[in-house]
Amino acid sequence: MWQIARKDLLIEWRTGEILASMLLLSVLIVLVFAFTLEPARLHGPAFLGGLLWATLLFSGTVALNRSFLLEREGGAWTALALAPIDRGSIYLGKMLANLVLLLLAATFLLPLMMLLLGTKDLAPNALLPVSLLLGMIGFAAIGTLFAAMASRTRAREVLMPLLTFPLLAPLLIAAARTTTAGLLGEPLEAVRSWIMLLAAFDLVFMVAGWLFFDHVLED
Amino acid sequence: MSSKTEPRGPHPWRDTALPALTGIFMLAAIVLVFFVVPNEKVQGVTQRIFYFHVHLAWMAFGGFVFVAIASVQFLRTGSQRASQLALANAEVGLLFTTLVLVTGAIWARPIWGVWWTWDPRLTMSIVLWAIYAAYLMLRRVGHGDDTIQRYAAVLGIVGTLDIPLLILAIRLWRGIHPAVMLSKDPEAGLRDASMIWALVISGVALALLFTWLVSLRARYAAIDDKLEALHLEDSHT
Repeated sequence: MWQIARKDLLIEWRTGEILASMLLLSVLIVLVFAFTLEPARLHGPAFLGGLLWATLLFSGTVALNRSFLLEREGGAWTALALAPIDRGSIYLGKMLANLVLLLLAATFLLPLMMLLLGTKDLAPNALLPVSLLLGMIGFAAIGTLFAAMASRTRAREVLMPLLTFPLLAPLLIAAARTTTAGLLGEPLEAVRSWIMLLAAFDLVFMVAGWLFFDHVLED
Repeated sequence: MSSKTEPRGPHPWRDTALPALTGIFMLAAIVLVFFVVPNEKVQGVTQRIFYFHVHLAWMAFGGFVFVAIASVQFLRTGSQRASQLALANAEVGLLFTTLVLVTGAIWARPIWGVWWTWDPRLTMSIVLWAIYAAYLMLRRVGHGDDTIQRYAAVLGIVGTLDIPLLILAIRLWRGIHPAVMLSKDPEAGLRDASMIWALVISGVALALLFTWLVSLRARYAAIDDKLEALHLEDSHT
């Protein structure tokens, strides 16, 4: 599991391919928001959490889509399937690598969005990183499982968002809510049930991915 | 391959009794709903759509749960029949969900004043609609491909795992969905005995319709799979 995560991150470290395209895309999405929604109206702190998650969702989907491309193209898929390790561990390794990428993108995007779209009302507290981390774990859990599936089909780019967006609905509602709360400096008590929901989502889909990856890898 | 996976010929229960019963009950339900039951006190004539709307929602929901059960069965045993049933339930469930959204909108316009609002149950229905639309899309992309059929089964199960989380997430918002049967006004709600009858009969009618449609769709899927297999055999020789 650690080996797989290490291998993916090493490739990414040397090429920077996915992260670079993801960050550039994020910046462009922020620009699109600014152009289409009028910067003046965007300057409501209540929207910032939602905008951040929308941006992360779109750019993250593009990045996740590519996470199995190397295996598919390089013919390493069969090698992975034949490797004498638990398939669940392969899933966890892949997920971990994706999670690190998503978190890197988030740590870059957050200050950028606060700078470009933020207001003086912002008072970020410890809730913010907690909310981002929990949200990203769930996103990576679902994204990794379905990226593996989508990579098998020709309609990969379209299929990935079609499959993941509806499943991510509860996560997005909770993550946008808690991230906004974290940005505005609300206490944990105010969003306790949302945080619990995020944690439950992460747990359910990590276990589901771990269990079902067996069926996904078996070609 | 066992003979159970073979598409069967004319089937007395499915091809005669089921459609006949569906027709009788549907007719009875329509007569009851449009001509017999009195208007509900608060909502007036608009409330009549509810005799269909509620059952459509329950049938669709049950269909999605069945997709998950059949998917588990398919992953465990590789039974083509289970896979065909999952497909049939997802497709008819999606149709019923679409009808729920449409009848709901027709009801909401005069009562709430809007066609759509982000009420918990509406949100839930539209997200479920999207999940099973994606499921059907995956089935279509992977037609005749065993691997993708397995992927779709995983989605069928994961989609159902999503439902409780979805309910929790949307219930944390405030809801305005009506609970007509639990109304506190003693004069409002289902006061007349004929209203209960209409509710029961239309429920039976829609349950029969759902079953009939699913059995037809499953049979079509079985024939389709058979045809695919024949094509493959043909191209190999």
